[in-house]
Amino acid sequence: MPFGNTHNQLKMNYSAEQEFPDLSQHNNHMAKVLTPEIYANLRDKETPSGFTLDDVIQTGVDNPGHPFIMTVGCVAGDEETYEVFKDLLDPVIEDRHGGYKPSDKHKTDLDFENLQGGDDLDPNYVLSSRVRTGRSIRNFCLPPHCSRGERRAIEDLSIESLDALDEDLKGKYYALKNMTEEEQQQLIDDHFLFDKPVSPLLLASGMARDWPDGRGIWHNDNKTFLVWVNEEDHLRVISMQQGGNMREVFTRFCTGLTKIEALFKERGHEFMWNEHLGYVLTCPSNLGTGLRAGVHVKLPNLSKDDRFGDILKRLRLQKRGTGGVDTAAVGGVFDISNADRLGFSEVELVQMVVDGVNLLVDMEKRLEAGDAIDDIIPEQK
Amino acid sequence: MAKNCHNDYKMKFSVDEEFPDLSLHNNHMAKVLTKDIYGKLRGKSTPSGFTVDDVIQTGVDNPGHPFIMTVGCVAGDEESYEVFKELLDPIISDRHGGYKPTDKHKTDLNFENLKGGDDLDPNYVLSSRVRTGRSIKGFTLPPHNSRGERRTIEKLSIEALASLDGEFKGKYYPLEGMTDAEQDQLINDHFLFDKPVSPLLTCAGMARDWPDGRGIWHNDNKTFLVWVNEEDHLRVISMQKGGNMKEVFRRFCVGLQKIEEIFKKHNHGFMWSEHLGYILTCPSNLGTGLRGGVHVKLAKLSTHPKFEEILTRLRLQKRGTGGVDTASVGGVFDISNADRLGSSEVDQVQMVVDGVKLMVEMEKKLEKGESIDGMIPAQK
Repeated sequence: MPFGNTHNQLKMNYSAEQEFPDLSQHNNHMAKVLTPEIYANLRDKETPSGFTLDDVIQTGVDNPGHPFIMTVGCVAGDEETYEVFKDLLDPVIEDRHGGYKPSDKHKTDLDFENLQGGDDLDPNYVLSSRVRTGRSIRNFCLPPHCSRGERRAIEDLSIESLDALDEDLKGKYYALKNMTEEEQQQLIDDHFLFDKPVSPLLLASGMARDWPDGRGIWHNDNKTFLVWVNEEDHLRVISMQQGGNMREVFTRFCTGLTKIEALFKERGHEFMWNEHLGYVLTCPSNLGTGLRAGVHVKLPNLSKDDRFGDILKRLRLQKRGTGGVDTAAVGGVFDISNADRLGFSEVELVQMVVDGVNLLVDMEKRLEAGDAIDDIIPEQK
Repeated sequence: MAKNCHNDYKMKFSVDEEFPDLSLHNNHMAKVLTKDIYGKLRGKSTPSGFTVDDVIQTGVDNPGHPFIMTVGCVAGDEESYEVFKELLDPIISDRHGGYKPTDKHKTDLNFENLKGGDDLDPNYVLSSRVRTGRSIKGFTLPPHNSRGERRTIEKLSIEALASLDGEFKGKYYPLEGMTDAEQDQLINDHFLFDKPVSPLLTCAGMARDWPDGRGIWHNDNKTFLVWVNEEDHLRVISMQKGGNMKEVFRRFCVGLQKIEEIFKKHNHGFMWSEHLGYILTCPSNLGTGLRGGVHVKLAKLSTHPKFEEILTRLRLQKRGTGGVDTASVGGVFDISNADRLGSSEVDQVQMVVDGVKLMVEMEKKLEKGESIDGMIPAQK
């Protein structure tokens, strides 16, 4: 977590070598990129709000690796982090986002009309569909670094803006502080609520400080559109429903998000965004679109096939367990979503999920029938 | 600690906007901290950069504990106790039986001053142990220290301990490189400290960079141990099976003083003041930092309605046999002194010796079906 380590004035009495973290057991993006030279060049710098290099990397030092996923191992504390610490973060971004260069430009496309198909994923296999992204509010520090005052101000702004939504987006805010344990458990079971902060990835970067102060969940009456306030990002926006109509999910997603952005602007607050990195979020893995579009889909046969991992890779998709990012699959049901975030637009990523999942379901059906899938193995996208 | 604290943007917000919500909290910090105190202290920091938000973060994040009244704040360096005295003095007073800002603390590590203690009944007293902590002057404390500082403390400790001999001759085992099997064995022997899972510890930043710079030194006999860079720079422990607390305390005092001499020779004395005694990370450990205790079978006494009251009167406290935040197993309790500040090491171990002796006698009476009403002690 971003502890005193980071703003401990005495540490400059020690050489860069004496301070350089031991990364010998580590396997995350930060550990792959950070060298003693980079550390030495950046260790006395800070962003205007006071975030330091040690703050950026603490979570990666404390969490050497994860059995299921290649973790990033670093976080941003504010918008300026990506600039002040670019010597570290540019290579991390490049490594994580398929060779994305410091000079590359990112395209945003939230026009749902540009999606082709997606309304007919087979509900016998596709149990649910979901699209999420994050948004950061400019001129506030990010969750690893924000103070209680900042966090509460973000919450207040969010409540005001979301209260102005209407029609099928009309809803209500539930502050975590006031929620009963039963309500909380129900929302977790419905896949609506975010984790109580037990993941060491989250804890070590300081995002759980002062929990549950300033945190909450807003959702519409239909429970198909949700906003998480002050979890890993200022806002996480989620559109979801049972079944395979990803098109409808994405339509609601884009409409809702655009309305929310307008409401924030009305109140004098814009989202962090730039031409190079797209939407700026806490974790470098979520830059660009911040978008994860996915389905819970039954693939008991395909998932046992040796080629499963490779097929996913070619489709630019990733698998997770149905409990979220660091869980395992249960009963042959997988969470399948886009692997990319940066360098592709929202429409492009959802298109990859729609097309890819359609193919995976076809493969599953073939394998169920005892047929081969060799002829439909896709090319690398 | 937490960036919250040197997040410069927080000063744009009012005290009201920044003051933590302590409505569900029950720890010493939450009892003492007011908006007024917070307002006065929030713009300050110690020379090394520790702020009031650093001090209180663990208490904000951990509202309370089922078995113990937690302190809810930590020091990041020696100066924390001075710069944040408006918050810490009342906490110290509340925690340490009314200890005043003007009081002086007495240090007495002369084991000859202990009376008795060599004959606690081993049929009941399974093991005896004395521990304390020491902080090394010139370094910040575990919630705040950098990797460079921590490693230097480790290096100094290894040097100092390597020069011990006789009954104290031993070896250092850095946590890094220890196998899981070795680690589990040491935990089962009650030698090793917890992997940092307790939120009391992790929220205060003490688990950063784990296991870098941490380790355990013990003598060949496994009766004298030093933990390096856990909750304090050093934790010094003397222990053995059975009820010879006198021997445990002798070894404790002798070993501790040898270690202190060696550190002094390297120009790194221990943090100590006339008012607070030995200065440690947690305000609850100020003074002697000493916890002298036994694992003792009190199956009957522990179910007696007056058990708690007896402990209070004897100035003792009970814990489970797994340590500070565990429950007792099989009627075996960890019984130790409750006090740390305002009485000396000898005073505190004397209370344990006398108190445990009495409780074992009570246990024996209850076993025979006899009453203990006549034995209930007066408040010490």
